[in-house]
Amino acid sequence: MTQYIIRRFLQMIPITLGIITLIFSLIHLIPGDPAASIAGEGARPEDIAQVRKALGLDQPLWKQYVTYLGNLARGDLGRSFRTNESVTKEILARYPATLQLAFGAMIVALLVAFPLGIVSAIYRGSWIDNVLRFFALVGVSMPSFWFGPLLIIAFAINLEWFPVSGREAGFKSIVLPSLTMGLALAAILTRMIRVSLAEELTQLYVTTAIAKGVTRPKAIFRHALKNALIPVITVLALQFGSLLTGAIITEQIFSWPGLGRLLIQSITTRDYPQVQASILVIALTYIMVNFISDLMYGVVDPRIKLE
Amino acid sequence: MNKTVKHLIRNFAFTSGLLLTVTLIVIAIAAPLLAPADPYQQDAARRLEAPSDQHPLGLDDLGRDVLSRILYGARVSLRVGFSVVILASVVGVTLGAIAGYFGGTIDVLVMRLCDILLAFPGILLAIALVAVLGPNLNNVILALATIGWVGYARLVRGQVLKVREMEYVMAAKALGAKSPRVIIRHVLPNVINPVIVMATLGLAGAILAEAALSFLGLGVQPPIPSWGAMLTAGRRYLGLANHLAIFPGAAIMLAVMGLNFLGDGLIDALDPKYRKQIG
Repeated sequence: MTQYIIRRFLQMIPITLGIITLIFSLIHLIPGDPAASIAGEGARPEDIAQVRKALGLDQPLWKQYVTYLGNLARGDLGRSFRTNESVTKEILARYPATLQLAFGAMIVALLVAFPLGIVSAIYRGSWIDNVLRFFALVGVSMPSFWFGPLLIIAFAINLEWFPVSGREAGFKSIVLPSLTMGLALAAILTRMIRVSLAEELTQLYVTTAIAKGVTRPKAIFRHALKNALIPVITVLALQFGSLLTGAIITEQIFSWPGLGRLLIQSITTRDYPQVQASILVIALTYIMVNFISDLMYGVVDPRIKLE
Repeated sequence: MNKTVKHLIRNFAFTSGLLLTVTLIVIAIAAPLLAPADPYQQDAARRLEAPSDQHPLGLDDLGRDVLSRILYGARVSLRVGFSVVILASVVGVTLGAIAGYFGGTIDVLVMRLCDILLAFPGILLAIALVAVLGPNLNNVILALATIGWVGYARLVRGQVLKVREMEYVMAAKALGAKSPRVIIRHVLPNVINPVIVMATLGLAGAILAEAALSFLGLGVQPPIPSWGAMLTAGRRYLGLANHLAIFPGAAIMLAVMGLNFLGDGLIDALDPKYRKQIG
């Protein structure tokens, strides 16, 4: 296991480096002169020169890259054009809000997917199963940027149960964003739990347990469900990464002050250091989460030998 | 009748998906005939007007007919969808086939590039690319194709690795067929079914991604009617003019659902092995 962790960690290094390189080169993809484009239309030549210097664009490319890597290693992600403050500061301030939202969505997904998935598996092929499968397909196809506004119309504007946007109202303010973000995940998980549990229910050990006098609910919940959860947990961990990117849209819908909203705001204001840093942090978190979920495989199911 | 076709027709998901998709394509083609008004025609005095007999889906924040804009929006969605799928599948299938067939350095290079792109959340890379290239229709297509080809490359490479060892491929080689001929005539026809399934689902994905980017203000720019961009405007008037958010969103959902159903049905008919993997 230790060997696997080390090897898997070492594999992560070139990929991470590749991503860092990709993000570094983004600014050089700006068509024309990046400095002129960043300084905006009608900028004076001295403004453009200042931008060029601030971004280090006047240096040779290899030197820019080395400086970028060196700064990253020291945790220095650059200075914001807009506030002239360290972009790290802004990111650290926004990060908790995004994590909170991701966890909220995950809880919603679990609360919805477990009962639905289990019922669907037990009554496989019946009309209940068909209705639930249809729900799952609709859930996957429903864009969050539509579901969110629909929730706002129903529960924030008409019923006035929750605030329309923002994060100031405590628990009440996280309900609608979590529902919006959790729906697609709930649909995916429902499908996974259904397939996984239905397959376990056909296994001989379940039949044996029932033959030995174990009640059917006990056979399902104590025996089959435990084994059915293995693939589900992995998918859940993997999906946590995509929740982080889903947050970009959900945060925009609900004006939720997280990392995703910061990214979009920085793009609109052409604050490139902030854009680069936000993308980097989201991407690195995504890689870390996937790394951890990979390791969980072996912990959850000792039968799986990680080699 | 062909067994596969019979199987498809009996599949509810496939037929309803096909119906929705054909409707979408017809709407896109016939938009100028179907639209009751000019999608760009503004009427400031009647902005945000609720649905009526004259304007079944109401008017938007600039007083433009929402129904006409949704009908024309189908053109944008499909244009992005098809362009992305064609670009991504051509690049992906070519690179995947070459990597799988020849192996060695080229295989390592292509696969490492895939690893990096897959380690990066797709929509994030698309956002990053559009942010630096500038938001417009072509850049959206380019960004989505840049992240889209990876899936095809990996799929085709995996299949090619298997097919490469088959006796009929060896026989073709023994008879003196050159590599391109072997790949095109003998290897690719064997991997085409899963590629069709992936392309159908990819079309849905591209339409959804375009709408997402446009919703974030990073996609198709006004005044071009894009469903995603219409939703952004709709979000600003929630409570005042809900029809601005409800109808474009419903259009996106129906289009994406239709294609997902179609893809789901195709999996059953064309690629039962894939069905086993996803359940």
